[in-house]
Amino acid sequence: MLKIENLHADVDGKAILKGLSLTINPGEIHAIMGPNGAGKSTLSYVLAGRPGYEVTDGSVTFQGEDLLDKEPHERAAAGVFLGFQYPVEIPGVSNVQFLREALNAQRRLRGEEPLSGGDFLKRARAQADALGLSMDMLKRPVNVGFSGGEKKRNEMVQMGIIDPTLAILDETDSGLDIDALRTVGHGINTIMRKPDKAVLLITHYQRLLDYVKPDFVHVLAAGRIVRTGGADLALELEREGYGAIAA
Amino acid sequence: MSDVRNKAAFDAAARASNYEWGFTTDIEQDFAPKGLSEETVRFISAKKGEPEWMLDWRLKAYRHWLTMTPPDWAKLDVPPIDYQDAYYYAEPKAKKALGSLDEVDPEILKVYEKLGIPIEEQKVLAGVEGARKVAVDAVFDSVSVATTFRAELEKAGVIFRSISEAIRDYPELVRKWLGKVVPMHDNYFAALNCAVFSDGTFVYIPEGVRCPMELSTYFRINAENTGQFERTLIVADKGSHVSYLEGCTAPMRDENQLHAAVVELVALDDAEIKYSTVQNWYPGDAEGRGGIYNFVTKRALCQGRNSKVSWTQVETGSAITWKYPSCVLAGENSVGEFYSVAVTNNRQQADTGTKMIHLGKGSRSTIVSKGISAGRSDNTYRGLVRVAPTAEGARNFTQCDSLLLGDRCGAHTVPYIEVKNPSAQIEHEATTSKISDDQLFYAMSRGLDQEASVALIVNGFAKEVLQQLPMEFAVEAQKLLGISLEGSVG
Repeated sequence: MLKIENLHADVDGKAILKGLSLTINPGEIHAIMGPNGAGKSTLSYVLAGRPGYEVTDGSVTFQGEDLLDKEPHERAAAGVFLGFQYPVEIPGVSNVQFLREALNAQRRLRGEEPLSGGDFLKRARAQADALGLSMDMLKRPVNVGFSGGEKKRNEMVQMGIIDPTLAILDETDSGLDIDALRTVGHGINTIMRKPDKAVLLITHYQRLLDYVKPDFVHVLAAGRIVRTGGADLALELEREGYGAIAA
Repeated sequence: MSDVRNKAAFDAAARASNYEWGFTTDIEQDFAPKGLSEETVRFISAKKGEPEWMLDWRLKAYRHWLTMTPPDWAKLDVPPIDYQDAYYYAEPKAKKALGSLDEVDPEILKVYEKLGIPIEEQKVLAGVEGARKVAVDAVFDSVSVATTFRAELEKAGVIFRSISEAIRDYPELVRKWLGKVVPMHDNYFAALNCAVFSDGTFVYIPEGVRCPMELSTYFRINAENTGQFERTLIVADKGSHVSYLEGCTAPMRDENQLHAAVVELVALDDAEIKYSTVQNWYPGDAEGRGGIYNFVTKRALCQGRNSKVSWTQVETGSAITWKYPSCVLAGENSVGEFYSVAVTNNRQQADTGTKMIHLGKGSRSTIVSKGISAGRSDNTYRGLVRVAPTAEGARNFTQCDSLLLGDRCGAHTVPYIEVKNPSAQIEHEATTSKISDDQLFYAMSRGLDQEASVALIVNGFAKEVLQQLPMEFAVEAQKLLGISLEGSVG
């Protein structure tokens, strides 16, 4: 599904990713762990197409197509979703309006009919319920006045409504208390744990992996994947620290 | 209602260049001689079949105008205007009253078509029960919109006429109020308007009447060509209520065009007037060539106790905008409101705001201004809040927000506050922000392209004002904001 080969990327002229390769197949959940500054967030932004993150070498294909060639909104329409580490506030624009416009823009790009207001609301309500966010919250402006945990739940509600093929979740667990962590973990499983979908979880800690069991765990250090293992690797990292593994 | 219209509008956009509503029609015009003189004023007055007092009034204004100089205190760079090198009067040839839409000049119907508005919807646009009936069971060959509206309004006792007709048919009423809110010597452009106004609208709502429909000049603009020197007078008698909508799109022209409208509103005891504008005159090209100069004087007199006037404006067009819809709050407990979104892009300049003059005890005012600047434009909010010694307990709340797109545009806020009564409460809040890369990327990563993302963020920024607009207008205004800012980022 996703094939990253020898990816090099710069931010502000500084090399951050230095030859990263990774293949994700349908049905798989991959976790990427690593110390601060290893390039985890850079990887997520490069995959989503954020301006200012310049690919200097290597390739990324998604469903057989060159992903790097596409604009961010085209990547979204192709089925890539980025869950933000720091979700952004958009004053005056309700979540419902934002998501409906975004979803229908994606559908138009894919040549599908737009979703009617009624169908959209049904879908939104189901996702909000599943993630313990009230419809009232969804009617409020995007992320404005939301607590850290609410913002993260909102990201998951968005993911549920958009229903992507590949979800890249950048530190979705940060800022969550234990209950929220469980809810969010359950949400990820419900929405994404399917044979035709895949997840790339970016995280510092093992704790989210208690709820979302990864098929593969990778250690990212200094812009490259230095080690790959199964779910056990995360536990080992937790015990021994990145220093021991990455060295 | 808007799907059909959107499609047509988008098609129209594809056909036209940057200014998607920029097109000209070649309706035969009946021109006044070029230039401005007493002869021009007499020509216009004669053409309108006006009574003597009206001609005298115009001539007095003209003579006064000759002694005046254009205002230069705004943050605007206005090229000198040659008042002799312009036509002051033009009307479409077919002048007889329209029995049906069949009689409308096909060129004008084409204009509507380009605007993407099906004929039936022009009627609906006014947001009227009666119009909807017409829209459903009668299309082209039935009663004209104007006639239908008029019948329904007359039943309620509302007078809704072109000002020329009103001067003929209701001379006392017009004479009583014309020039009372904006005196002819008020300012340079108002004086000019008094002398040469071509047409406009007169509305009178009788005591205790709630106007049964939203009043709109939209459907009349092209047909009657009232654009250049428009004159509007609305009088709301005791306990009455009216909502008036004004929207305009202008034909594209190469040379600069001066538009100097005057709007006067009068609200008596317990009366309420809601006046909404969407302004989209041709803004000039990306380099600032061409475009309309929109120098407008709009003022309301809240004369009665508990009277209320609410101005809402969405200003996206014109090369230069000089406009301050104001309220004189004379009545006890009278209320004035000003909600504004002003967008400038490319080389546009806007200096706009309001004046809230508190004279009455307990008078209150609210000002919410949202300025959006892009390209190399300049956008200024200029607002005066004055509390007279008589205005015991007056209150004002002002909020001015500016949003910048790019780093070559300017946003300026110039509040003037004069308080002569110690019991007054005045609040002023102001913010300036930029559309952040974070916001843009966030929206794009959810599937919106760059222009849709900008439009979404800008509409969110302006929401407080947009939601003051009547529904149909709000939809149009939202689209307009997006269109006005196309190509302004990235």
